[in-house]
Amino acid sequence: MSRLQVAIVDYGMGNLRSVANAFKAVAPSISIAVTSDPTQIAQAERVVFPGQGAMPDCIRELDARDLRQAVIAATQEKPFLGICIGLQMLFEHSEEGDVPGLGVYRGEVKRFPADKMHDAQGAKLKVPHMGWSQVHQTQAHALWAEIPDQSRFYYVHSYYVAPAEPTLTAATTAYPFDYTGAIARDNVFAVQFHPEKSANAGLQLLRNFVHWKP
Amino acid sequence: MGCAKRIIPCLDVTDGRVVKGVNFLELRDAGDPVEIAQRYNDQGADELTFLDITASSDNRDLILHIIERVAEQIFIPLTVGGGVRKVEDVRRLLNAGADKVSINTTAVLNPQVVEDAASRFGSQCIVVAIDAKKVDNQPFEWEVFTHGGRNATGLDAVKWAQKMVSLGAGELLVTSMDRDGTKIGFNNPLNKAISDAVDVPLIASGGVGNLQHLVDGVTLGGADAVLAASIFHYGEFTVQQAKDYMREHGLEIR
Repeated sequence: MSRLQVAIVDYGMGNLRSVANAFKAVAPSISIAVTSDPTQIAQAERVVFPGQGAMPDCIRELDARDLRQAVIAATQEKPFLGICIGLQMLFEHSEEGDVPGLGVYRGEVKRFPADKMHDAQGAKLKVPHMGWSQVHQTQAHALWAEIPDQSRFYYVHSYYVAPAEPTLTAATTAYPFDYTGAIARDNVFAVQFHPEKSANAGLQLLRNFVHWKP
Repeated sequence: MGCAKRIIPCLDVTDGRVVKGVNFLELRDAGDPVEIAQRYNDQGADELTFLDITASSDNRDLILHIIERVAEQIFIPLTVGGGVRKVEDVRRLLNAGADKVSINTTAVLNPQVVEDAASRFGSQCIVVAIDAKKVDNQPFEWEVFTHGGRNATGLDAVKWAQKMVSLGAGELLVTSMDRDGTKIGFNNPLNKAISDAVDVPLIASGGVGNLQHLVDGVTLGGADAVLAASIFHYGEFTVQQAKDYMREHGLEIR
């Protein structure tokens, strides 16, 4: 089997077809596959780590398929894109189900606190945070190429990451307080929003990832 | 700050075609679903909803092929509803490329499906659709109806909404049957009562006739998203015009 250019890690939580469809749309000539084979992930040029559902289930299913080491190894050595729960799992611990994450980065995954979920006019803000919010780029990065600052991306989540190291944050979103919408460190970039569902801005980010040389 | 109010064109699909009825009756052909989806995407739609209103089970799988084709070309959230009876139906729609599945009649007949689907696939992809009508023979104002509005359930729409959220619904699609197809505006008191009673986002549906109705749905009805069909299908307004109008009226819009 030839080496994949993009491996999308499949651990059985939800449908990854939309992620694959979006990559095919921006890079029709590259080899891309949804896979749960640790060897294929280890050999791939780039790794995408998506996620949906609840983090405790995601961690359990990841381990059930023996994919933990392949994912951690990929964060250390090749272009890596985490999406949604794929971002959250990189941290030490989540309030969702009180479970440990993969611990690649120090920090906590927290639930939007009920007492803060209102806007400046006092109107209630809904949880899950579902919809298009502005993403403020807090550091220059190759994955932001051609994407204007404050572009809107599509979010669906009830938990957010609070990195212990503020310098990890690559973007913030206000809902209603500023939280981390993206992180970047070396060969890793990970986002809380869904680039595969964020129309042109999202497709541009995926295109940038395919061409990224960290 | 916050989240843009979403504009969601709704495509009622039967036997592979988009149609639009008035008060759940009198269907008119409005075109090819993939072409229409593409047009709305190009106009800046924030999300698309497909409701499969196919009557015969023979043609049920057509919606899967439509969703597959749409999901290959359009990269915004896709919600699909209509005829969802089992957790397996939810799985098939998600696998075809739906991001969310909307459950309506089945939620009433068998609420366990909502709970099971939410726990298996996550609340983020489970929308419960509530068809409600104002009634004067009950101790509450709005009653839940099923089977495309034919059957009364005796359920209070507001309490029902809360129950669905407690079972795992991540979003509610509330259709006023008194308003659907009438073009006189959303039922804002109904939407406001439900929106205030739950924490999850509410999509207002049923009755849009002009762009001010969309604004009112948010400002008066407390909706997080507004859904409309006929004003977009027959070219009365583009999605872009709707967004411009809502933005001019002070709403946060993508």
